[in-house]
This record gives sequence, structure tokens and C-alpha cells, in this order.
Amino acid sequence: MRCGTLKRFFPIFVLPTLLSFVLVFVVPFVMGIFLSFTEFSTVESATFVGLKNYLRAFARGDGFLRSLGFTSLLALCVVVAVNLVALGLALLLTKKIRATALFRGVFFLPNLIGGIVLGYIWNLLLGGILSYFGLDITYFASLGFLGLLLLSVWQLSGYMMVIYIAALTSIPKETEQAALVDGATPFQLLRFVKLPQIAPSIAVCVFLTLTNTFKMFDQNLALTQGAPARETEMLALHIFRTFYGRVGWQGVAQAKGVLFFIVVAALSGLQLYFSRERKEKI
Amino acid sequence: MTKKQINVVIYAVLILLSLLFLFPVFLVLINAFKSKFYISADPFALPLGEYFVGFENFRRGLSSVGFFAAVGRSAVITVLSVLVIVLCAAMCAWFLVRVEGRFSRILYGAFVFSMVVPFPMIMYTATYIIDRVRLSSVLGMIPVYLGFGAGLSIFLYTAFIKTLPIELEEAAQIDGAGVIQTFFRVVFPLLSPTAITVAILNGMWVWNDYLLPYLVLGNRLKTIPVAIELAMQGAFGAVDLGGLMAMLILAILPILLFYLFAQRYVIEGIVSGAVKG
Repeated sequence: MRCGTLKRFFPIFVLPTLLSFVLVFVVPFVMGIFLSFTEFSTVESATFVGLKNYLRAFARGDGFLRSLGFTSLLALCVVVAVNLVALGLALLLTKKIRATALFRGVFFLPNLIGGIVLGYIWNLLLGGILSYFGLDITYFASLGFLGLLLLSVWQLSGYMMVIYIAALTSIPKETEQAALVDGATPFQLLRFVKLPQIAPSIAVCVFLTLTNTFKMFDQNLALTQGAPARETEMLALHIFRTFYGRVGWQGVAQAKGVLFFIVVAALSGLQLYFSRERKEKI
Repeated sequence: MTKKQINVVIYAVLILLSLLFLFPVFLVLINAFKSKFYISADPFALPLGEYFVGFENFRRGLSSVGFFAAVGRSAVITVLSVLVIVLCAAMCAWFLVRVEGRFSRILYGAFVFSMVVPFPMIMYTATYIIDRVRLSSVLGMIPVYLGFGAGLSIFLYTAFIKTLPIELEEAAQIDGAGVIQTFFRVVFPLLSPTAITVAILNGMWVWNDYLLPYLVLGNRLKTIPVAIELAMQGAFGAVDLGGLMAMLILAILPILLFYLFAQRYVIEGIVSGAVKG
């Protein structure tokens, strides 16, 4: 299509999307950065306060840092657990056996269920198990942590598994056979042939799991609600509650939102950097 | 061990894991047919004897919180938003690829950038703007979702359009097709693999989305996830767990049916949305 003719169709082709995008993303984003330097209870009443909100976000006893710590620790554990399970499943499903599509479908299923629903499913399941010991998921923060970890493994493993299966099946048959002819044990085959070949996929999955866990909100709300005493409150829920649960704290909440954005953007930037690095090496 | 024995072990492990993966959903299913008094007391018991209440949970638990209206709302919002996103994002992406220049580059960059911005960063301001321009309604959610879904959708379309030979479009023009005709007769049909991916990704997202409809539509116009959360939070006195189980089942069922018929597309669609990102 010639550039000039198409250009005149800008109002039909681009405008609807552009207008929606500007309304719900561009304007709120710019406004959000501006408001993070102000104190406000409604947008119209904003007064400039400099970096005060950011300092208050980091103030002792606010809970933002605790929430950041909790989220980071959970994300770290989720990354390790999910990727180990996913890789294990992928290795099993790339063996020469039948009905792999059926198993793949089952393991992938939890991924399709929404966060709120997931949270209540696990609330029922874990509540049932814990009640045998006279416990409840909100009794200790460590129980909530474990619950969120289990839920995440259940939800994300199937997804990462599909990525690993795609990577494993694209390894040339010859390399594997050559290693077997040389007398490689199954462990050596995995360690020195398979894992190096799927390294790019491992990087992708690690970062996907990381950013997914960092942004988790629905599951957190439905499973633990941050209880006990807001100790299992993850970043997204913490920011939400600062906005809507504390009058006069909207500016601080917005500053926390900006900080949250910086953390997530840094993780995404790191991912981009790593995937470029790998491509250049190959 | 012989090869056959190894395979038996692998099958056993896989079947065991499958049961483990299905168990949480199965647990909700059996509890949906149990009297609400026995759910928290004995969640692992089967719905037999005095525990069994048939479809009572579905009847009583759902009508009391206006769940059927929520199902309708969720369905309308999801279907219309997905249709609009699939079409508008494709048109926008095609324009941005074919009309080269600084404007297109900047706009594309902004769309990609929006993908790394987490929702809490803009939730307050976006809710404010949406309210100000009076989009806080079921149909108003369509442009809202178009705006939020544009980033990923345009990103996926753009990657695919760049692989399409421009000669096809030029040939259509020589044959006398206008811009609109070229897009709908030549370009859009070629985009269908990506369109399916875009539809599935956005469909799952909109159907399951909780926070945005909660903030924008609130309790007045509940969608399914909002209704479920509200039933658990806002209840005075005891929470009706039977109703909750029924709601959970009805929230999963449409996805499950869709998945059963289009499993391959769903898995490929969802995963290709990630790997490219």
C-alpha cells in the first residue's frame, strides 16, 4: 500500500486506538508522575510537595519496604520452584510416549483460570488441610507465603512447561545421538547437551515468572488478603490499599506506584539486555 | 530396567501429577453440590447423603448476589472488547508499519512502552480520567480495554505484518482496490493467525480481569470476578460458601468449554504472546 494514499485514512485506521490509548494510558501515566510529587485527596486539589511522598514511602513503619521484601522473596522462590517443576514436566513429556497432548492440556489448564477464582480455590483447599491441624492460612505469614508459592507453582508451571517443550523438541536429534554414542549418561545428556541448548528459553521463563509474580494482585487479595496484620501484602495490593484505604495518602500511594513501575521496568530492561546478549553470542 | 518398564514409571508419574493438578478444581466441583454447612467443616467429603443438595447452591447462592446479571455483563464486555481490539489494533498496526516516519516510530514505541507499566502505577489516574469522560459503563469498557490492550496487540500484529510482502497489497491496488478494500480483502485475512492469538490473549484477560472493572464499574455493575470477591467480602454475617463454589464453577466453565474445543490455539496463542515479548 502506497504511503501517501494510506496516510489520508489516518482517522479510520489509527484514531480510535490512539484516542483510547491516550485517554487510558498516556494521560494517566503523565498525570501519575506529576501527582507523585504532590499531596492530594482529589486530583483538583493537588499541591506540590517535592520528594516528600517518596520519603514517606520509605519511612519506617509504613509497610512499603516490608511489602517489597515479601514480594521479592516470594518472587525468588516462585522462580526457582516453577521453573524446576516446568522443566521436569517438559522433560517427561518430550519422551517417546503417547497421549502427551492430553497431559500437556491438563498441566496448562490452571493458567486459564482468573486470579480471583484461583485464590478462592486454594483458600478452600489449604483451609481444608490446615483445619486438620487447627490452623488457618491467616494465622502465620509463613503459611500465607507457602500458600501463594503453591498457588503460583500450580498456575504458572504449565505455561513455562509449554515454552520448555518447544525448546527441547527443537534440539537437533543428531546432537543427542552423538552424545549417546559417546556413552553419555542421562544426567550428562541433560547437563551438557539439553540444558545449554535451551538456555535462552530458561532466561525467558525466569523473567516471565519474575515479572508475573511481582505484579500479582488478584491471587493475593483472594487467598490471604495480606493477613495476618498486612504481613503477606504484596506490592500491588499494598499500593491499592494506600490509595483507597488511607485518606490523605494518595500522593504517597502514587509515589509508590512510580517506584513499582521503576522496579518492573528495570526487570523488563534486564530481560531485554540478556536476550540481546544471547543473540549476539549465537 | 527395560524400556517398557521405564515407560510404565513415566506414565504412573504423569497420571499422578495430572490428578494432583486437577484436584483443586475437582474439590470446588464436589463442594458446589454440598450443603453450605458442610463445606468449611469437611471440604474433602464427597457430596453424598445429607451433604448433597443438588443444584440448590446454584439457585439460591447465585440469585442472591445478582450473579446472572454479572455473567451477562462479563460476556458482553469480553466479546465486544475482543472484537474491537482484534480489528482496531490490526488497522492501527498496519498503518504504523506501512506509513513510515517519525510519527509511526514514536507511536509504536509508546505502545510497546505501555506493556512494561504495571497497572497500580496508573490505576488512580486512569480511573479518574475514565470517570471524567463518562466511560464508566458496560459499553464504555470497550474503548477502555482497547486502550489498555493496544500495546501487546499492536506489538504482535506489527511483528507479523513486517513479514508480509508489500507486493500483495500493491497488486491489489493495481487491480483497482482502495485502501479499505485492500485492508479487508487482502491484509486482514492474512493476519488471521495473529488475530486468533490477539483474540485469545485479550479474551482471557478481559474475562478474568478484576481490578479495572472493580474500580471503574464498582458494585453497581458487577462483572463475574467482582461479584465473587464481593460475595466474600461484603456479606453481612456468615459467608455463603455454597454460593461461592457455584460461582467459581460458573466462572471456570465457559473457559473450560472453550479450551476443550480450541486447546491447540489457546496454548499456542497464549504462549506466543509471551515468547515474543
